[in-house]
Amino acid sequence: MITVDAVTKAYGDTPVLGPVSEVLADRGITSVIGPNGAGKSTLLTIAGRLAEPDSGTVHVHVDDAAGAVGLDVHRARSADVAKLVAVLRQENHFTARLTVRELVSFGRFPHSRGRLTPTDVAAVDEALGFLDLTALQGRHLDELSGGQRQRAYVAMVLAQGTRHVLLDEPLNNLDIRHAVRMMRLLRRVADELGRAVALVVHDVNFAAAWSDRIVAVRDGRVVAQGTPEEVVREDVLREVFDTPVRVHVLDGVPTAVYFR
Amino acid sequence: MAVVGVLAAVAVLCYLFLFVRGSFEFAIERRLTAVGAMVLVAFTQGVATLLFQTVTQNRVLTPSIMGFDSVYTLAQTAMVVAFGGGVLAATDGVGKVVAQTLLMVAFATFLFRWLFSGRHANLHVLLLVGVAIGMAFDSVATFGQRVLAPADYDLLSARMFGRLTAADPQVLPLAAGVCVLVGVVVVRRHARLDVLHLGRDVATNLGLDHRRELTLALVCVSVLVAMSTAVVGPLTFFGFLVAVLTHQVAGTHRHAVLLPMSFLLGVLVLVGGQFVMEHVFYATGMLTVVLEFVGGTVFLVLLLRKGTL
Repeated sequence: MITVDAVTKAYGDTPVLGPVSEVLADRGITSVIGPNGAGKSTLLTIAGRLAEPDSGTVHVHVDDAAGAVGLDVHRARSADVAKLVAVLRQENHFTARLTVRELVSFGRFPHSRGRLTPTDVAAVDEALGFLDLTALQGRHLDELSGGQRQRAYVAMVLAQGTRHVLLDEPLNNLDIRHAVRMMRLLRRVADELGRAVALVVHDVNFAAAWSDRIVAVRDGRVVAQGTPEEVVREDVLREVFDTPVRVHVLDGVPTAVYFR
Repeated sequence: MAVVGVLAAVAVLCYLFLFVRGSFEFAIERRLTAVGAMVLVAFTQGVATLLFQTVTQNRVLTPSIMGFDSVYTLAQTAMVVAFGGGVLAATDGVGKVVAQTLLMVAFATFLFRWLFSGRHANLHVLLLVGVAIGMAFDSVATFGQRVLAPADYDLLSARMFGRLTAADPQVLPLAAGVCVLVGVVVVRRHARLDVLHLGRDVATNLGLDHRRELTLALVCVSVLVAMSTAVVGPLTFFGFLVAVLTHQVAGTHRHAVLLPMSFLLGVLVLVGGQFVMEHVFYATGMLTVVLEFVGGTVFLVLLLRKGTL
């Protein structure tokens, strides 16, 4: 469980977030939706400790034998947090020329500190297999298509073996086929591997179709949250996006129609 | 790597033992000093540039952009302006090298601490300030050189290019000790450097204290470059040349391979180059000039091909 407590963030004099208090559950998929500039990515990157909040704290709680342990992600040792929370930015650029397998092996660094044990190798193999990358493992990243490269990045954070996986817009630049495939994979990550996935999504309907919980953000504050049925409603979405939206239930999923 | 290692060893042996004329002992002693200085430069410049490029995630930058050379040039010029040309030879020795190294490390550490504790702390601001300060120091040094007597200026200008064969044998053991120390620190962290190479966000996600590792790497870089500059004078593009070669030859991102490779390639280029210069072209002191020319040309070609820093 990740608890975000009264977090605020401003760039210069412009407040972009908060105060926000949120709890990310230990299971399932949580989607963060909202208009451009609402602070979705800022919230996710602060929860994943890639950015420091101006005030407030983020704790990660893990149930182990000793009971519930809370770690302040911004104060605790980075190496300890890396075993509990994995976070991936939207844009990734490396100067090193890596193969898929080398990239995914980096995911084991929190455990191996650079020296891979058989357990680490098995975890890398599993992550590669899970994301259907086994055949591509020897290819260099610059030889892959956008969708394949995105899967390789996700495989790296999965190999990290953390309870929480935070992804900033993993569907960015993916076509319909790859976007659906990515969401199906993330659903399996949550269901079969028992991980908690939190992601920023631009498309309300992807969020509605695949998430257990949706958090709607506007102007740096959480304005609605709940199951897809509770959040994907005409009055809620109109307030979040400032745009008239009609919602129809298609195949049992609330679907927003906002194209005209 | 074995091949490069053997080639480097062959180059060293050739340089030491071939074409000895006159007293064997006299020649060996002089050549040992020169090889010592070249090995030192190969290590400091090669490793420092590699580290610097890793932490800046940039294959074009070199640590001399931080203004080390300018601090050295300014210090030398200031001494000549104040005390006359004779002072350069009169003060040579361990003390001067230590003082110059400390001055440059202090300069770099001050710059890092100031910039990384600031509000808009990031590497690009650091580089920009480094370049700006370097240019300011250069301008002051140029002004100092304008007002010198021609004879003093002549003595000074000999120090403004690297001089490999004229290094002071007294300072080599000290420099070697520093190199071994930094080498141990860096090699022990090779896996962390691999992760650092992926950039701030990914490194943080993988559990690295990014700011700490970055600062440590930059301090190592400043110690190495300062040491090298104090012993043999400024070399702007040699480290760059070696780093480019290293990435080409090694074909891996792993620092466990890259670091020793850059050292061996540096030795090969320097000692091999010096051997060829001395015995084929009979131009003993010209190697650094040639290296800077070749390095500078490679730099420009890469920059133009890439189109951006």
